[in-house]
Amino acid sequence: MTLAAPAPAMAANALATLAAGRRRVGLVAVVGLALACLLLAIVAIGQGAIAIPPGRVAEILMAKLTGDASLLDGRDVLVVLNIRLPRVLLGLLVGAGLAVSGALMQGLFRNPLADPGLVGVSSGAALAAAATIVLGDRFMAGTMMKLPFAALPLGAFCGGLGATLALYLIATRGGRTSVATMLLAGVALGALSGALTGLLAFISDDRQLRDLTFWSLGSLGGASWTKLSAVAPIVLPLLLLMPLLARGLNGLMLGEAEAYHLGIPVQRIKALAILLVALAVGASVASAGLIGFVGIVVPHLIRLSVGPDHRLLLPLSALGGAMLLVGADIVARLIVAPAELPIGIVTATIGAPFFLWLLLRRTSLIDV
Amino acid sequence: MSESGPILSGREIGFLAGGRRLVAEASLELTGGTTTILIGPNGAGKSTLLKLLTGEIKPAGGRIEIAGEPLETVPAWRLACQRSVMAQHARLAFPFSVYEVAQLGVDGIGRALTRQRREAVVAEALAAAGVLDLAGRRYQTLSGGEQQRVQFARVLCQLEAGRSVAERQVLFLDEPIASLDLCHQLALLDMARSIAARGVAVLIVLHDLNLAVTYADHLVVMDRGRIIAQGPPAQTLDDALLHQVFRVDLSLSRAPAPGLPFLLPQQHRGRPTA
Repeated sequence: MTLAAPAPAMAANALATLAAGRRRVGLVAVVGLALACLLLAIVAIGQGAIAIPPGRVAEILMAKLTGDASLLDGRDVLVVLNIRLPRVLLGLLVGAGLAVSGALMQGLFRNPLADPGLVGVSSGAALAAAATIVLGDRFMAGTMMKLPFAALPLGAFCGGLGATLALYLIATRGGRTSVATMLLAGVALGALSGALTGLLAFISDDRQLRDLTFWSLGSLGGASWTKLSAVAPIVLPLLLLMPLLARGLNGLMLGEAEAYHLGIPVQRIKALAILLVALAVGASVASAGLIGFVGIVVPHLIRLSVGPDHRLLLPLSALGGAMLLVGADIVARLIVAPAELPIGIVTATIGAPFFLWLLLRRTSLIDV
Repeated sequence: MSESGPILSGREIGFLAGGRRLVAEASLELTGGTTTILIGPNGAGKSTLLKLLTGEIKPAGGRIEIAGEPLETVPAWRLACQRSVMAQHARLAFPFSVYEVAQLGVDGIGRALTRQRREAVVAEALAAAGVLDLAGRRYQTLSGGEQQRVQFARVLCQLEAGRSVAERQVLFLDEPIASLDLCHQLALLDMARSIAARGVAVLIVLHDLNLAVTYADHLVVMDRGRIIAQGPPAQTLDDALLHQVFRVDLSLSRAPAPGLPFLLPQQHRGRPTA
């Protein structure tokens, strides 16, 4: 800038150090969290009715990856590869998907309290799933057929997508999406979905009610390679596409008009973020039920520790969410063994008080 | 594309909202090297006109061209290289640092620049806006005036990053000095004029009439959605116009040295003039 007085050399140097320091912190955080996530996953695979030491788990996984058949023998191999591994992988994917969805929604709504659970996306998915459980049986009863395995995930997924599209259509006027309208419409849609889900619970029989209750509390229990192959193609694109959104979401923090002034394709960023959130939430609700608080707590913690820059926030949220859910699953499996607690209970009992504590401690983050 | 003509021109532009005509038949040209200052009472349509000229909202009628192209056909990122905008009341949703806020100006359109160059642009802009020593602070912990200077630094970043793409640029400042102390008001307006001296077309919305006549090459007066006068400040303002637009009695004098108009409010509550 020719007109500017040259920056005082000392201050400019300090600034360069500041920028370099921030890049280093970011790199250390990503690598550190990725390693921690891998370690936690290995530990999680070892936990359960048949305890397997982490070293043996790592050995089995390495042998499987390298195709070394000599080590792949014994009951623990079956347990690791067919039961525990899909469950932990599902936990990683669902956790990452939920946390990133939360971070995306918060960026989109410019509100640190926005969460798929809050704006009715999860409720929409839950309503569709409840309808599948309760009404599916009735319609199928005449045909003497069992409800197909894929019906519930598919139903939940369609519900999540439907709720998101409804929100988007309500809040969009003349090509512009009003975030405030969308937030309010989300609350209304969430309440409506909740009421209809309650109605379904009212007309359901005892067995359906138990299914409904258990599912609405969330569980990674039904994990299998089949289920994983249905979730992975939906959550992985979210994780791969999120770097495209980071810059745009940073600009959106100044407001939509300012983001447009900065040259950000605001409408495209919003549409992509909404689509990705609907897909990821639909997929995770479908495969693991309703699991709350991951999408709020994880991004909030990351913002507290490394700041709100989405280029770091999104990948770190993915890793943090994956770790939180796998960790919560360990607790859910061990605390009342041999039975297991629904994981939604664990995340909410840890998450809600923790979140309240954060609110009381750092009001400045919310009060903007 | 003629190099000498106006960089941005609006012809007969209008805008309606809720059945009310917020801007009507407004025509103006922003020329490189010229500081244009837009004045008018509250609700005159100044900010709406600014939004129309920046492309943020589409006019209901009329034509706007930037560097010879119709404004609505220019894609957002290229427009961002051609014009920078400092809007009123920029609020931030998350606790970004001052450095990160300024950086937003080069993040979007400065991808062609090297990282060292981008960092230098941010450092220079922060220094120019006088907020270099605040670089590590959280934006939300700053005072209103400091925040405004950080936003100015961000706009300077964007202008500088866009310069490598677009030769002919426009700078829009909507009440940029509203929360600044006198020293920083003058510093910011001096800076705006030196940016204009570099060939940029500068449009500023101001409320202080004395500063407006001091800093404007071209003064535009708006009232009830219409541009009712424009031209060099000394020839544009007179007692009748001021009374009609601002509905106050002003005594218009000539400042001693440059012969610019100088305005004093008259017969208002408080201290009656003799």
